[in-house]
Amino acid sequence: MLFKVAQQKNLEGYVGFANLPNQVYRKSVKRGFEFTLMVVGESGLGKSTLINSLFLTDLYSGEYPGPSHRIKKTVQVEQSKVLIKEGGVQLLLTIVDTPGFGDAVDNSNCWQPVIDHIDSKFEDYLNAESRVNRRQMPDSRVHCCLYFIAPSGHGLKPLDIEFMKRLHEKVNIIPLIAKADTLTPEECQQFKKQIMREIQEHKIKIYEFPETDDEEENKLVKKIKDRLPLAVVGSNTIIEVNGKRVRGRQYPWGVAEVENSEHCDFTILRNMLIRTHMQDLKDVTNNVHYENYRSRKLAAVTYNGVDNNKSKGQLTKLDTVEGMSPLAQMEEERREHVAKMKKMEMEMEQVFEMKVKEKIQKLKDSEAELQRRHEHMKKNLEAQHKELEEKRRQYEEEKVNWEAQQRVMEQAKLDASRTLEKNKKKGKIF
Amino acid sequence: MAATEIARQAGEGVRSVPLSGHVGFDSMPDQLVNKSVSQGFCFNILCVGETGLGKSTLMDTLFNTKFEGEPTTHNQPGVQLKSNTYELQESNVRLKLTMVNTVGFGDQINKEDSYKSIVEFIDTQFEAYLQEELKIRRTLHSYHDSRIHACLYFIAPTGHSLKSLDLVTMKKLDSKVNIIPIIAKSDAISKSELAKFKIKITSELVSNGVQIYQFPTDDETVAEINSTMNGHLPFAVVGSTEEVKIGNKMVKARQYPWGTVQVENESHCDFVKLREMLIRVNMEDLREQTHTRHYELYRRCKLEEMGFKDTDPDSKPFSLQETYEAKRNEFMGELQKKEEEMRQMFVQRVKEKEAELKEAEKELHEKFDRLKKLHQDEKKKLEDKKKSLEEELNAFKQRKTATELLQSQAQQAGGSTTLKRDKERKK
Repeated sequence: MLFKVAQQKNLEGYVGFANLPNQVYRKSVKRGFEFTLMVVGESGLGKSTLINSLFLTDLYSGEYPGPSHRIKKTVQVEQSKVLIKEGGVQLLLTIVDTPGFGDAVDNSNCWQPVIDHIDSKFEDYLNAESRVNRRQMPDSRVHCCLYFIAPSGHGLKPLDIEFMKRLHEKVNIIPLIAKADTLTPEECQQFKKQIMREIQEHKIKIYEFPETDDEEENKLVKKIKDRLPLAVVGSNTIIEVNGKRVRGRQYPWGVAEVENSEHCDFTILRNMLIRTHMQDLKDVTNNVHYENYRSRKLAAVTYNGVDNNKSKGQLTKLDTVEGMSPLAQMEEERREHVAKMKKMEMEMEQVFEMKVKEKIQKLKDSEAELQRRHEHMKKNLEAQHKELEEKRRQYEEEKVNWEAQQRVMEQAKLDASRTLEKNKKKGKIF
Repeated sequence: MAATEIARQAGEGVRSVPLSGHVGFDSMPDQLVNKSVSQGFCFNILCVGETGLGKSTLMDTLFNTKFEGEPTTHNQPGVQLKSNTYELQESNVRLKLTMVNTVGFGDQINKEDSYKSIVEFIDTQFEAYLQEELKIRRTLHSYHDSRIHACLYFIAPTGHSLKSLDLVTMKKLDSKVNIIPIIAKSDAISKSELAKFKIKITSELVSNGVQIYQFPTDDETVAEINSTMNGHLPFAVVGSTEEVKIGNKMVKARQYPWGTVQVENESHCDFVKLREMLIRVNMEDLREQTHTRHYELYRRCKLEEMGFKDTDPDSKPFSLQETYEAKRNEFMGELQKKEEEMRQMFVQRVKEKEAELKEAEKELHEKFDRLKKLHQDEKKKLEDKKKSLEEELNAFKQRKTATELLQSQAQQAGGSTTLKRDKERKK
C-alpha cells in the first residue's frame, strides 16, 4: 500500500529535526569508525614509510616491521590493526599488506592471494549478514587499495596492468607513483599522462571521485583528477627547513618535503584519502563492490538450483532468477508447482472421469442389452403361454361340446332303449 | 575517552598508537553527516488512538504545518490505516515524513480484532524491507524505508486508568515498534488528577509487561535529559493549530472561558517535552532501535519460520550457500513427494473404482443369470403344461375316436338290428 507521491509542505515554525545531523554525528562518534586500507607493490617502494607518514605514527617500526622486511617464499597477505584517536574520534585502522608481491622471478598469479583475501572478507561479511541471529557486524572488508607504481618514468609494467585489471571490480584502487622524488616535474607529468593513457586503454576502473552539488567542491575534485595518479613521497624523519620542522628527505642538493604540494602530491592524497573521501570509499565498497560480490555469489546458488530442476525434468523460468531473492524464488517455484499440481490433478481427474464414464456406459449398454433380451424372451414366453391358453380353451370348448353332444346322444340312446324296453314289455315287439 | 563500540569489538589484541600530528580523520563524523544530509532523512510515525483524540491536530502542531485529512466519523466498519508522505525542510535538512493514522480504532462494538490491522501493517513494512534485503540485486542504500519508527499511542483522558483495549493493543505492539504513550487532550484533566493518572498508567503498563520506548541514557551527552524525561512519561499533550494573542505574541493555544491553554507552555502541558524527545533529541535513536531491535526480531522470527537455522551459533560462520542449497533440496524433495502422493492417490482411486465397477458388473451378471434361470423355469413349466395339454388332447382325441368308432359300429349294428327288425317285420 505504501507510498503515494510525497507532498512538499512548508513549516510555519520551529520543529527541530534540523538537529538530526547532530544526532547522527553524536551516535557515530559513540560508535567509532573503522577503515581497512590495503597497500600493494614491490618491495622497496616506500609503502611502510608512506603509511607512517599518512597517519603520522609509527605503524611500521622496528618492532612491527613493514612488508619489505617480511618477505617470505610466497606472497602472503597480512593484517595489522591499530586504534588511533583524534579529536574525540576513534578509528580502528587495519592495514593489509602483501609482502612478496612482485618480488619473485615468476610473478604469475601473485595477485591471487590478494583476490582471495578480499573475497574472504566479503564472504565473512555476507555470512554475518545472512545469519538468522545477527549481531553487530564488524566491517573488515577492504575499503581501499593503494597500488604502488615504480617510478620508472616509462609506463605501467605488465604486472601493474594485470593486477589492476583483476582487482578493479573488487576494490577501490588508487594508483600511486612511489618515490616520486626520483622524477623531475616534467618527467612526472609525462609519466602520469602515459599511465592514465594505459589505464584507459585497458579499461581499468580506478576509484572515481564523486561529483557533488557544490560548485567549489567540484572544482577541487577536478583539480585532483588532473593530477592522477598521485605521485607521493614518504618520510619517517623530521628535518628543519627555514626554521620549520617538516617531514622530508634530505639530499645533498636539498630537502624534498613530503607535505609540500609543489614537491609531491602527498597532501592531496592525505586530504582525499582521510579527510574528505574516507566515508565515500567505504560507501562505494559497500554499495558497489560488495553488492557485486553478493549478487554473483547468490546467483550461483540459485543457478545451481535451476540446474537441479532441469535434471529432474521440471521447467523453471530462468528470468525469475534475475533480481529475486532465493527465498522469493522458492516461493515462486512453490506457487508454480502448486499450479502445476492442480493442472495435473485436473487432468488426471478428467481422464479418470472419462474412463469411469466409459466403463459405466458399457455396463449400462450390456445391462440394456441383457434387459432387452430378457424382455424379448419374456414376451416370447408370454406369447407361447397365450397360445397354449387359447389351445386349451379351444380344446376345453370342444370337449365340453362333444361331451354335451355325447350326453345328448347317450340320453337319446337311453331314451330309445327305454322306449324299446317299454315297447318290448308291451309286447309290441316280438 | 570512553571506549567506543568499535574499540570494544576490536578486543584486546589491538594496539593503540599515538599520533604525532593532526592526521585529519576526526572529520569522519562530518563526512558521514554530509552524506546523510545529502541523501535526506526519512521518518515514519504511526498514530494509534480512538477517533476524536486529536491525533491529526497533534501532528499538525508538532510539525508546524497543516497536513491532509478531514476528521473521521465514528462509523467505520473496521480499523484501517491511512498513510501520507510529506517532504519537509528545515534549514538544510530534508525530511521525508510519513504519517500513518489508524482510522476507526476503538469505534466498533467488538474491538477484539482492532489491533490486527495495525500489527499487519507494521509487519508488511518489515516484510517489504526483508524482501529487499534478500534480493539478489538489491539497492538498500536508496531504499525508501517504510518501517514505522515511532508509534504514538493516544490514551483517552479519562483520568482513571488505561482501557483494556489500550493494554491489549500496546501489548501486541511493544515488540514490533517503539511505543510512546501520550495522554491526549490533557487539558481535560486537572494537575493533581494528572499526576495520579500518570502513575496509574505507568504501573498498569509495568504490571502488564508492556515495554514502552525508553529514551536512551547510554550516551553521556544526552543521558541526563533523557533520563529526566523518562520520568515524565506518559506525556500529557494538548494540540492546537489556532493562535491566540498572549501578551504581545501570537502563540498556539486553546481558548476557554476560564483561561487559555498554551500548547508550548511547559507548565500547561508536556507538548514541548514531546517535541524535544521525539524530534530534536532521539529521532535518530528511534530509527536505530527500529532497525536493530524490532526489525531484527521480525527477521529472525520470519527466517526461523521458514526453517532457516544458524548451523553453528558461535564458532563457525555458516555458509549461506549451503543453507540455501540444503533448503532448496529439501524443498524440491517435498514437491516431489507431494507429486508422488497425488499420483498414488489416483492409482488408489482407479483401483477402487475398478473394483466397484467389477462388483457392479458381477451383480449385473448375477441378476441376469437369475432372470435367465427364472426364465428357464418358466419355460419348463410351459413345456410341461404344453405337454399335459397335448396328452389331454391326445386322450380326448382317442376317446373321441373310440367313441365315434363305437357309435359308428353301434349304428352299423343298430342299422343291422333295424334291418333285422325291418326284416322281421316284413316277414
